[in-house]
Amino acid sequence: MLLPSKPKFDAMSKTPRTITLRRVVITGMGALTDLALSAGGTWAAMKEGENGIDTITAFSMPADWPVQFAGQLKGWDPAPLIDFKEQKRMDRFAMMAIGAADEAVRDCGFDFTTGDPYRHGVMIGSGVGGILSTEESHGKLLQGGVRRVSPFTVPRLMVNAGAGQVSIRFNLRGPNAATATACASSGHAIGAAYHSIQRGDADLILAGGSEAAVGQLCIGTFAAMKALSTRNDAPRLASRPFDKDRDGFVLAEGAAVLVLEDLEHAKARGARIYAEIVGYGVCGDAYHIAAPDEQGSGAFMAMTLALRDAQLNTTDVDYINAHGTSTPLGDAAEVASVKRLFGDHAYKLCMSSTKSMTGHGLGAAGGIESIASVMAVVESVVPPTINLDHPDDGFDLNFAPKTAQERPTRVALNNTFGFGGHNVSLCFARFDG
Amino acid sequence: MTETEIEAKVLQLVADQLGLARSEVLRESEFDKLGDSLDKTELMMAFEDAFDVSIPDDTAAGVQTVGDAVSLIREHVAAKQAEV
Repeated sequence: MLLPSKPKFDAMSKTPRTITLRRVVITGMGALTDLALSAGGTWAAMKEGENGIDTITAFSMPADWPVQFAGQLKGWDPAPLIDFKEQKRMDRFAMMAIGAADEAVRDCGFDFTTGDPYRHGVMIGSGVGGILSTEESHGKLLQGGVRRVSPFTVPRLMVNAGAGQVSIRFNLRGPNAATATACASSGHAIGAAYHSIQRGDADLILAGGSEAAVGQLCIGTFAAMKALSTRNDAPRLASRPFDKDRDGFVLAEGAAVLVLEDLEHAKARGARIYAEIVGYGVCGDAYHIAAPDEQGSGAFMAMTLALRDAQLNTTDVDYINAHGTSTPLGDAAEVASVKRLFGDHAYKLCMSSTKSMTGHGLGAAGGIESIASVMAVVESVVPPTINLDHPDDGFDLNFAPKTAQERPTRVALNNTFGFGGHNVSLCFARFDG
Repeated sequence: MTETEIEAKVLQLVADQLGLARSEVLRESEFDKLGDSLDKTELMMAFEDAFDVSIPDDTAAGVQTVGDAVSLIREHVAAKQAEV
């Protein structure tokens, strides 16, 4: 293989290297969610205010556990895409990543068997990776020792297995990594992909996240930290961001992949362009491992940095897809940060949480919600916050309660914040050429 | 258990585990060509379970073909029957 021609590089030179930043657009999308088994289906369901939460059916839950419900994919079968032999090598989260990526690739219309594969990359994050495989293999290890554990356990449980498997599927040899920043994993993945293409390191990157954590280990341990809603008598009312009766988040499965592409590359092949990604704001809390500070300083700074990167004013923002997980502290901090950053404009924009419908897809959340944000600017429709019966004290913004709103939307922010104090805000803008 | 019975069971296990048609698996089939080293490791575990024998790793390393596995398992099964 030919290496690129040797760059003219003088290590002693004091002249900084200049890089012309390229514009990056979204040209394809794919998703598997508890609402639908496609990106288009998920968006359509969101606009109708549908609900993906239900009693857990994937495995038997001990009856005395405090949480008996979650968001699960309905009737998804990996078999048409992934044969039996390959399935043994993959955790459910990696198979879901392939499922979402396959849709995104078909949607973008680019043939990944053509062109230079070193210009095509993948960034697929996950919060907990192959935790179902971890759980299963640990059980076998305790029972039968090393000789009874599947030799595929490590390739299944790795948090980067989704990125690795998708790269193999589509022969992506460019930038290839997985971000693991809990619930901000997809946000970082999309942001990193944006930077890579902007800098010219790649022309096309499949970016997003996947999470398949609906199992006893994950439900049990999140329940132990009292992060989950325990509304077992009415699971479909459990995810209620910004409502005064919210009592924690609802764990959900999901995967979402967006095709990020260099604008000129997209134009040259006549690609359909959904929207442009114009800003990526990222920072850390350095505060508490699982809680935001009350003012939402991290959210405030992430949104500030995203707008600075986009060279936009606060008054340019029409829609915020909130992190809005339905936890008492998190929602309050995010609302406070939006009021502080946007001032009067906070009452003119709209902020909704689609987690009211999907539940919380952890490392997939930012991908799913980026699709919602992109479609909001494409269609000028803001998806609703369902279950919002009584906004909490002082929560006096337009949360698009219960039903979608048609309103001019040119610029959208998508917030994701992760345990560990990881904050990401992505900025999407309508593409006008 | 006769060698024919062992062979039939081994070939079926290989086909099931690797998602192949039974006719695609022969005594002469090489594990290296049927799958990778992880597939072979998993198959050895499946043979141990199915025939209730224990195959040491260094012995398993010498198994190249499906026929080798049949012979090895036959020896282990015979040794086990002799113990009883």
